[in-house]
Amino acid sequence: MLKDQDRIFQNLYNDKGSDVSSSQERGDWVNTKEITDKGRDWIINEIKESQLRGRGGAGFPTGLKWSFAPKEVGSRPHYLVINGDESEPGTCKDRDILRFEPHKLIEGCLIASYAVQAHICYIYIRGEYFVDGQKLQAAIDEAYEKKLLGKNAAGTGWDLDIYIHYGAGAYICGEETALLESIEGKKGQPRLKPPFPALIGLYGCPTIINNVETIAVVPTILRRGGKWFASLGREKNTGTKIFCISGNVNTPCNVEEEMNIPLKELIEVHAGGVIGGWDNLQAVIPGGSSMPLIPKEKCETLTMDFDSLMAEKSGLGTAGIVVINKDQDIIKCMARIARFYKHESCGQCTPCREGSGWMWRMLERMAKGDATKDEVDMLGDVTNQIAGHTICAFGEGSSWPVQGLLRHFKKEIEKRNNLDPIVQKKNNIPYLVDQHLLDKKNA
Amino acid sequence: MSLRRPAKDQPDSFEFNASSLEAANSIVAKYPEGKQHSAVMALLYIAQRQNNNWIPLAAMKYIAKFLDMPYIKVYEVATFYTMYNLSPVGKYFVQVCTTTPCMIRGANQLVEACKEKISENECELSNDKSCSWMEVECLGACVNAPMMQINDDYYEDLDKQKALDILEKILNGETPKPGSYRGRVNNEPENNRKTLTDLKNA
Repeated sequence: MLKDQDRIFQNLYNDKGSDVSSSQERGDWVNTKEITDKGRDWIINEIKESQLRGRGGAGFPTGLKWSFAPKEVGSRPHYLVINGDESEPGTCKDRDILRFEPHKLIEGCLIASYAVQAHICYIYIRGEYFVDGQKLQAAIDEAYEKKLLGKNAAGTGWDLDIYIHYGAGAYICGEETALLESIEGKKGQPRLKPPFPALIGLYGCPTIINNVETIAVVPTILRRGGKWFASLGREKNTGTKIFCISGNVNTPCNVEEEMNIPLKELIEVHAGGVIGGWDNLQAVIPGGSSMPLIPKEKCETLTMDFDSLMAEKSGLGTAGIVVINKDQDIIKCMARIARFYKHESCGQCTPCREGSGWMWRMLERMAKGDATKDEVDMLGDVTNQIAGHTICAFGEGSSWPVQGLLRHFKKEIEKRNNLDPIVQKKNNIPYLVDQHLLDKKNA
Repeated sequence: MSLRRPAKDQPDSFEFNASSLEAANSIVAKYPEGKQHSAVMALLYIAQRQNNNWIPLAAMKYIAKFLDMPYIKVYEVATFYTMYNLSPVGKYFVQVCTTTPCMIRGANQLVEACKEKISENECELSNDKSCSWMEVECLGACVNAPMMQINDDYYEDLDKQKALDILEKILNGETPKPGSYRGRVNNEPENNRKTLTDLKNA
């Protein structure tokens, strides 16, 4: 288990309060000027050396992303945008940062803004987190009062203003370009890439977009050194991560742990074990609903980081672990996730808009046992026609969980849906039977 | 995609009151000059708050004029995002999360509680017109499942009886305390904390 002094989010459970003075006791805002005095290149290099990867799901190296920002500010200003549109089912880590560690985020915003030369930072928070957003706003107001923001923020000589922009219940706005559209006051429909936001982003200006957790860990990395962060976890999957363990466990919780921690340890030690014991485990969704599920056999030895989950044809995503035990109907669980995606598709690309509804309806019928044998393969076919044929990654996100179900629980589906309309007269489904067969019956 | 339609009965006019106007102006100031369209989402929220939790078409027209943008652009935004209510929802708007992490911990019990206490069907006003409920997608409090949101507040770690009690209070005009209803502190593992133990209850 990770040592307590290596945990970045000391106030994850709000033992100490989230105001400036208690945050300073935890080390925030102590020597911000010393960090920025070392210069942009040092900051970006240190982040590169820490091998920090984005915590929002895709796991893109943060230092590399920052280095894409133009070196000189031209006629267009630079922007920093923080993505707090946490809507992935199974994930609730950013909420705790917003309400209990707001100053880690605000200080991270200042350092990141300095590194990418932005004077304005927008924090996009999902509309449902209104109360938590108010807490962040209170922290921002306090920071302005203490001269940690505004002109010459925290004595660094850098001017920074932070504004909160609330979303309004659209999952797709967690996609970075949809998020920019949303800030611009439009429907949240993703843009085509390229051009990438680092060159043409918010209002057509260079924009760097990072997840809340990514930015909140930056000050601690710079204080303790990129080497310290890189010493945790393993190569290319370094550092600590907040894991959210929900579902059929005895004590669901958020916990900060080292990357590459065994899944079994997370569930058994922190989450108090699976309800009904480890043998009652059916499957685990390892990284929020869009990552394919992993059956019990593989959960024994699985370690939680980007690359080892990729090797299992799944992904770390946002590290929202949903534990499903044998008391649950796995097909129904996935049908509900498909309904989520059907509801949240933005409607821009046809394969996703229509396909997400198809997948949901087919899975609902499969859960009831009303589907035919052919439809199991047909469902797989539909997922392949969505994934990779859309503007944004929502297509993959909606079809991967279904593919995961087909990969690991195909037998379960086939057992329940053993219909063959050609031989079974009892379940005569006219539209699935060739016309000439009907003619034959009538003859 | 979700299907969303404006209500049939619409008021004739809408205007920001003094406090809304002040809030709206301070929000427009957050965005660069000439980019006041960005404020449309926040302004729709303000209109919704002022108008008993829903947005009439007249408010969209008013906001369009206010921000100097085409009405259809405001209409697009209001119909795209699901948190803008296009028809009356009552003073207390109950949203029950039923996505998988909540579902497998018994969100259907909360739905039953809402059906018993508020109305048989979702998006239907209760008898005294003060309250309505609906099923929504993930509200982002998965480790506190099952949960529901009433107006801005989250009510977490519920079961059917607790949900019934909360709804009873609301129908009596009281405001129940938000947060966990199993007495646990925020998102820590209940009675099983292994981390940051020296800070506990510091």
